[in-house]
Amino acid sequence: MDVKKEYIPEFDGDLYKDEFGRTNFIVTTIDKIANWGRSNSPWPLSFGTSCCAIELMSTVSAKYDWSRFGFEVMRASPRQCDVIVVAGTITYKMAPVLKRLYDQMPDPKYVIAMGACAVSGGPFYYNSYAVLRGVDNIIPVDVYIPGCPPRPESLIHGMMTLQEKIRKSKAYVIQKPKKNKEEDK
Amino acid sequence: MIKEELKQYLEQTFPSAKVDETFDFPVLFLTKEELIPVMKQLRDAPETKFNFLFCETAVDRNPEFEMVYHLTSTYYHHDMMVKVILEDRENPEIESVYSVWEAADLYEDEIYDLFGIRFTNHPNLRRIFLTDEWVGYPLRKDYQDDRIISL
Amino acid sequence: MENQTVTPSELKTEEFVVNIGPQHPATHGVLRVEVTLDGETVKDVLPHLGYIHRGIEKMTESLGYKQSIFLTSRMDYLSAHINNHLCALAIEKAAQIEVPARAKAIRIIMDELQRLTSHELWWGSCAMDIGAVTPFFLGFRDRERILELFEQNTGNRLTMSYIIPGGVMNDVRPDFVPKLKALLKSIKDYRKEYDQLITGNYIFQHRTQGIGVLSKEQAISLGCTGPTARASGLSCDIRKLYPYDGYEKLDFKEVIDYGCDNWARYVVRMEEMSQSIHIIEQLLDNLPTGDYRTKLKGVLKLPAGEYYQRVESARGELGVYIVSDGGAKPYRMKFRTPCYSNLGAVKPISVGMKIADLMANMATIDLVIPDMDR
Repeated sequence: MDVKKEYIPEFDGDLYKDEFGRTNFIVTTIDKIANWGRSNSPWPLSFGTSCCAIELMSTVSAKYDWSRFGFEVMRASPRQCDVIVVAGTITYKMAPVLKRLYDQMPDPKYVIAMGACAVSGGPFYYNSYAVLRGVDNIIPVDVYIPGCPPRPESLIHGMMTLQEKIRKSKAYVIQKPKKNKEEDK
Repeated sequence: MIKEELKQYLEQTFPSAKVDETFDFPVLFLTKEELIPVMKQLRDAPETKFNFLFCETAVDRNPEFEMVYHLTSTYYHHDMMVKVILEDRENPEIESVYSVWEAADLYEDEIYDLFGIRFTNHPNLRRIFLTDEWVGYPLRKDYQDDRIISL
Repeated sequence: MENQTVTPSELKTEEFVVNIGPQHPATHGVLRVEVTLDGETVKDVLPHLGYIHRGIEKMTESLGYKQSIFLTSRMDYLSAHINNHLCALAIEKAAQIEVPARAKAIRIIMDELQRLTSHELWWGSCAMDIGAVTPFFLGFRDRERILELFEQNTGNRLTMSYIIPGGVMNDVRPDFVPKLKALLKSIKDYRKEYDQLITGNYIFQHRTQGIGVLSKEQAISLGCTGPTARASGLSCDIRKLYPYDGYEKLDFKEVIDYGCDNWARYVVRMEEMSQSIHIIEQLLDNLPTGDYRTKLKGVLKLPAGEYYQRVESARGELGVYIVSDGGAKPYRMKFRTPCYSNLGAVKPISVGMKIADLMANMATIDLVIPDMDR
C-alpha cells in the first residue's frame, strides 16, 4: 500500500524519530485501511449451477490459483461470506433461492455475474421458457464477466476489477440527513 | 433377431395390432387396454425377453398424443418400439408401466410435467421440472407464454 | 458402577426431514434431496429437480439442426465432445452423409480424451466428497494439461462445438501427435501415484466396500447404464454392442466388475481410464491422411421419419430420438440422458445406510445435474 509522505504542517515528525532515523507510525484515513483489509480477503460462496462452475473450479485449483488474491476460503454458508460469484444459468425455479442466499449475506456484499447466462441469459435468451434473462433482474451486480464459459484468466481479471472497486469505496462517510427543500420555503 | 425377423414375429404373435417400421426399429401399435398385458408378454416371452426400457417419451401430433416406448433386450441385444395413440386432448390418461419396469417412474414424471398426460397406478406422480404453480404444459404445440422472446 | 443401559427399543425417537438444498458443495450442481432420517439412518430419499431446467428440447424445435448441436454441449458439459458427436452421427445417418476416415479417427481421439478429463474430475470430486481434499488438485492438474491441448486445436476448453455433421470443424495442428504422446506417458506415470494415494488407502476402502449395493436385476429394471451398471455385472458398453465410427476395428476391453458396491464402481472407472489411453495410442500411430470434413451444401434438411442414435458417454448410454417432418427444423428431438435414469438408483441403495454413505453413493454414481434437467 502506498503511504503519502505529506506531513501535517504544524506537526513536526522529526521530534519522534528513533535512534535509526525512522518514525514508527503512519498517517492515513480509516477508509483506506478498511478497504485494504476488505479487498484483500473477500470470501466467496460456493455457488455454481452449470458449466461456468467447472471454470470456477479450475480457477480454484493449482494452475490458476485464486487464493493468491485472498479468495482462498470458500465458505458453504452465505452468512460467512462477502462475495457471491453467480456462475451458471439461473432459471425461474432457482431465482427465489438465489435471492434468499443474497439476503442472508451480511453487509458489505458484492456480486460477480460470471458467464453469458448470468449476464443476460446467454445462449438461452431466445426461445426458452424457463430461463431468467440476466441475474441483475433480481440482485444488484457489481462486475459482469462475459464469455461462454469465460477463461479462468477472465475470471481473475473480473476479481481484480472488483478489488479495485472495493478500494475506491467510502465506507465510513457519515451522511447528514438531507433537508427537505419545501421545509425551507 | 434382426429387424425383419422381429417384424415377422410381431405380426404373427399379435395379429390384431398394426406393425410398422422406422429407420432403425420395428414398431408395434397398441391400444390403451392391451398395453400392460402385451408389455408383460414381451418382457417374459423366451424369444424376445425385452427386459430393459431405455426411453419413454411422448410426441404431440395435432390433435392427438402419441406415447412412444423404446425397449431392448440384454440377452439378445435387439430393440423395438411400442406406440400408443391417445385421442383425448383435454384429459389424456394412460396406465403406467411402472409394474413392468421400474425405470418408468422418472420418465413418466417428466411426461406428466411437460405434456399433461396422467398416469394411473403410478407411485408418486408430481411436477418434477417446473414449479407446482406453473400454468400450462410447455412441450405441447399450442403452448402460449408471454415471457418467451423469439427471433 | 451400576450397569445402567437403555436398549434402543426403549428410546423414543422421531423421524425428521432434512433438506440437502440446491446450494450445497457436495451435490455437484443444483440438486435438492429431501431426506427422512431416523437418527443417522436414512429412511427415505426424494430428489427434487428442475433448478437448471432450461427447456433445451423445446428450443430445438425453433432453432433448426445446425444450431441445436451447439446447445447440446451445454447439457453434459463434462462430455461435451461426445454430445456433439451424438447429434452429428444422428444427422449423418438420416441425411446419408459420408464422413472421411481422418475425421472419424480424430473424433474418436477427442472422445476418449474427453472421457479421460471427465473421469479425472470425477476422481477428484469423489475423493473430496468422502473427505480427502488433495486429490481434487491432483485431478485438476492432469485435466488442465489435456484442456491445453483442446484449446490449441479446437479453440475452447469446455464447450468445444468441434464435431459437426460431415466431419470436424478444423484439422488438428501438426504438433498434436507428438504432444499427445508425451502427455499420455506422463499421465500413465501419475496414475501409479494415484493408486497408492487413494485406491490402496485403508480408510477409502473401508468407506466404500460393501456400501451402496445395486444388484444386476435392479440395475436392469431401473434402466441404469454406464459404469454404474457395469459394476453390477451388466454388459452394456455401446462401443462394443452398437459400434460407430470405427470402434469395431480397435482393440479394447469392456470393463465389467461383479462387486455391485461403491468400490466396484470406483474400480470400473479407474480401469476405463487405462482403456481410453490404450485406444488413443492405437490410433495415434497410424492416423489416416486426407480430408477432415465433407462440406454440406445449402440448408440441412432431414427426410421425414424417426431416427434413434446412441453413443457411450462418460456416464452411460446417451441417445437422441429425432422425429422429422422433412423440414429444416425438427418436429421433436428427445435426449435420453444417462444421469436421469441413474438417479433412480439413489433411493434403493441408500435406504438403511447412514447419511454420510448417501454422499458417497451420489459421488460414485457420478451425477451431473444439467444432464438430468436438460
